[in-house]
Amino acid sequence: MSEALTAALALLVGLDAKLIEIVLLSLRVSLSAVAIAALLGLPLGAAIAVGRFPGRQTVIVVLNALMGLPPVVVGLLVYLLLSRAGPLGALGILFTPSAMVVAQAILILPIIAALSRQAIEDAWREYEEQLRSLGAGRVDAALTLLWDTRFSLLTTILAGFGRAAAEVGAVMIVGGNIDGVTRVMTTTIALETSKGDLPLALGLGMILIAIVVSVNAAAYLIKELAQRRYA
Amino acid sequence: MSNGAILPLRLAAVSFAAGGRSIIDRVSLEIGSGPSTIILGANGAGKSVLMRLMHGLLSPSSGRVEWNAPERPGAPRKQAMVFQRPVMLRRSAYANVTYALKIAGIQEPQRGVLVHESLESVGLWHLARRSARVLSGGEQQRLALARAWALHPEVLFLDEPTASLDPSATREIESVIKAFDAAGTKVVMATHNLGQARRLGDEILFLDQGRLVERASVEEFFSKPRSAQAAAFIKGELPWT
Repeated sequence: MSEALTAALALLVGLDAKLIEIVLLSLRVSLSAVAIAALLGLPLGAAIAVGRFPGRQTVIVVLNALMGLPPVVVGLLVYLLLSRAGPLGALGILFTPSAMVVAQAILILPIIAALSRQAIEDAWREYEEQLRSLGAGRVDAALTLLWDTRFSLLTTILAGFGRAAAEVGAVMIVGGNIDGVTRVMTTTIALETSKGDLPLALGLGMILIAIVVSVNAAAYLIKELAQRRYA
Repeated sequence: MSNGAILPLRLAAVSFAAGGRSIIDRVSLEIGSGPSTIILGANGAGKSVLMRLMHGLLSPSSGRVEWNAPERPGAPRKQAMVFQRPVMLRRSAYANVTYALKIAGIQEPQRGVLVHESLESVGLWHLARRSARVLSGGEQQRLALARAWALHPEVLFLDEPTASLDPSATREIESVIKAFDAAGTKVVMATHNLGQARRLGDEILFLDQGRLVERASVEEFFSKPRSAQAAAFIKGELPWT
């Protein structure tokens, strides 16, 4: 055990090429997924928060429930969509990083949409009369609230990133865990652990934890600063 | 009155109920331009709700609210409202005023001029770059007035604007309200503060349990109120005991 730990630290300190490659692919995939999910999820959350339409309650309940989507199920669905016989098989992106981005984006879209809906709706309750008094329409209001809750939304986005970076099921299924192509931190940890190669698994585990911790620390600091500046 | 003025405002048998409880009960009145109007009444008399009905934030359960020139959705509003607790956006004081002007469709460079003028007029220009939400309660309320001032509304509604402020902040707010009045804006203000009604009002609309009980000039209202409820309210008696 302590041998494995020492070996893991050696990999980290030596900036092992393979390890770096895996970390960079992980970041690329998860950050792309977060960008897509935020681009779609934030406007969606704002629209549901400010909008009044039939079935709104149902949409909110479904969206909240989707936050708990099991990654393997998302992986399976995206696999079926992208497999050669599937409706999007012609794209030929199964077992590529693109497929992994799609799967993770689907996984965290509900998280970003649902959490931003909550934050924006809370703000809307406070701002509604003032904004309507000024003559702001629903679209104006949604844009205003997106900007005014930007620090809460940042936390929401980071929660999505944390989920994406830590999941293994979806990327394993649609990526295939191909060495040098679609192998990311979580899938490598799973594979190497089962193979008994603990140093690489441990090293990656430490990096993964460090990333998640620093992302959350950054989120906390930004919110704290914003609180002081804007109250 | 074909000059596009939104006044006079007419309410025809306006009622408002929520949760099975009647809050405003068949109020009919006309408000024209000119001297300021105070909506006076005890807590729960329906003052705030009546103003929101006038301002269009609530729709009457029955009856009609009619402006001389009806508002078109999406067009800049010619009326503004200042609430008991100011709602400021998470940006600078300057940007808060700019925001209101943008919504009203006013372009630069006129926008910058109006922002400067309005912040100057409430004595907040030196705090223009400060975050609006870290200003004191009194400063935020003055900023809310500046935001309304920049819009040069024909009518300004004020819902107990000094209810949560200390006496010196209250004096500052009142002097800004007087300036609005002097500049020709029709001021319609809800208050339960008799002193404030006397200082700022020209006529009184007295509300009791959602009904418009009395309408009179300030002098008349305070010297010889016609209704028993108004007389009791002025004396500080609780009409329900």
